[in-house]
Amino acid sequence: MATGTDPEARAAAGGDPAGRGVHHAARAAIPDPHLRRDRWWLQPAVTVAGLLAFVAYSTWRAFAGADYYAAPYVSPFYSPCLAENCESMPAGADWEIVGGWWHLSPALLVLIFPLGFRLTCYYYRKAYYRGFWASPPACAVPEPHRTYSGESRFPLVLQNVHRYFFYAAVLVAGVLTWDAVLGFRDEDGAWGHMGLGTLVLLANVALIWAYTLSCHSCRHIVGGRLKHFSRHPVRYRMWGWVSALNGRHMLLAWASLVSVAVADLYVYLVSSGAFDDPRFF
Amino acid sequence: MSYQARFKVWRGDAGGGGLVDYEIAVNDGEVVLDAIHRLQATQCPDLAVRWNCKAGKCGSCSAEVNGRPRLMCMTRMSVFAPEETVTVTPMRAFPVLRDLVTDVSYNYAKAREVASFVPPPELGPGEYRMKQEDVGRLQEFRKCIECFLCQDTCHVVRDHEENKPAFAGPRFLMRVAELDMHPLDAADGAGIDRRRAAREAHGLGYCNITKCCTEVCPEHIKITDNALIPLKERVVDRSYDPLVWLGSKIRRRGARP
Ligand code: SF4
Ligand code: SF4
Ligand code: FES
Repeated sequence: MATGTDPEARAAAGGDPAGRGVHHAARAAIPDPHLRRDRWWLQPAVTVAGLLAFVAYSTWRAFAGADYYAAPYVSPFYSPCLAENCESMPAGADWEIVGGWWHLSPALLVLIFPLGFRLTCYYYRKAYYRGFWASPPACAVPEPHRTYSGESRFPLVLQNVHRYFFYAAVLVAGVLTWDAVLGFRDEDGAWGHMGLGTLVLLANVALIWAYTLSCHSCRHIVGGRLKHFSRHPVRYRMWGWVSALNGRHMLLAWASLVSVAVADLYVYLVSSGAFDDPRFF
Repeated sequence: MSYQARFKVWRGDAGGGGLVDYEIAVNDGEVVLDAIHRLQATQCPDLAVRWNCKAGKCGSCSAEVNGRPRLMCMTRMSVFAPEETVTVTPMRAFPVLRDLVTDVSYNYAKAREVASFVPPPELGPGEYRMKQEDVGRLQEFRKCIECFLCQDTCHVVRDHEENKPAFAGPRFLMRVAELDMHPLDAADGAGIDRRRAAREAHGLGYCNITKCCTEVCPEHIKITDNALIPLKERVVDRSYDPLVWLGSKIRRRGARP
């Protein structure tokens, strides 16, 4: 389209000299990159703060390699525990399948899976693309990048492996469920105990399941991939349930992130002796 | 109540232009489009603005109000404080024609690139029967009024003019999803691979699911969650999932000719 626009005059008026994006020569000549006057920066700022806080806390705890077991409670960061240097957890998931050569914290072996699940999660992707990569920082606020290919190329095309992390996350959630059940035994292994820690682990595993099942890949696998729901009534019904959870995926992502940190902190406090687990029976 | 509202309205054309200050009388219950009409009737008879239904159903009056892509007829003046200046500009992802009117032909070009519904060969006109549960998903997408606010907001093309040839935009990726989920679409039999086309011809991979299309859609269609992400998952089935790929090979070999 012929525009008769002189890009240099446009640049002199304060627009992007290269004529990128909203300052492209054919578009309405407006020097401001955006005209939003609401607090559009608040949401990405809160997201970044929340994620950074979690990353800082979990890095400290994952590398610590100590204070993660206070019978009968185990921190969700250390379960299943796959190396020989794990504390022994009677009836718990201390499967020494990796063997004795591993000398770092055993949390690092298993955290790869929940970390990968959350990193490739469609909600967290939105959160960190907006918050950390400013792509875009908010709607109709320009992103600062010169070029953009989204998830169409390496490395971001790898986000498509999300469903494999979902399968792994289901296994991890299964183990955490067993850990929560073990919370009904006392420190000597006798059933019929319940403490505040039992409740903490139960609440955490419930939120982990809700988050895991609300996953977009789960929604697809359960039924979304079908062309004819009417021929698969059971899967259609399950798809409906997963869809209802999926509508709250962001809420569940944050709730389970907080709960997993709280559960770990609780075990840390009890295990390090800073706090005695209140017993209900 | 009636008051003099302060406005900044973009005036100009492809050759240049800028924001111009106006004071416009506004009455209770009015929307931004009412004010723009009053401006046209009382002060600037040559102001160019597109509109049609004034009911949020024709998708003509798309513009940006205080920097946010919106339908002017669905933006109430009561959301602004009386002393606030309301800025109205044309959509900033498309070439401007004049004042608030843009050239949205990018969208029509993209619409034509989507292979249309393929009628099932075994059914004649009047013989189509579909179950409600099979079409419920698609009906949400049919609410689209083609206002192109989602296309305007999507950073893939808004911030990168150079991506326009490769990227169909949320509205038309949603159309691909709709057809791929359609219970009677016979594209497969006609040799049309919609999932492959979504990735290769319509640029689905450019979308980074940051949901601005969903945020601005005046029909509240959950474009990202219900169309784009399911389409991405279908593309994974088609192009990136070795297990599904292997399964389909084995099944195809086992199938009778
Ligand atoms: S979710 Fe995808 S299509 Fe929608 S605005 Fe964001 S990048 Fe564009
Ligand atoms: S999907 Fe929504 S925003 Fe996009 S063109 Fe349709 S109605 Fe407008
Ligand atoms: S005038 Fe029809 S949508 Fe606004």
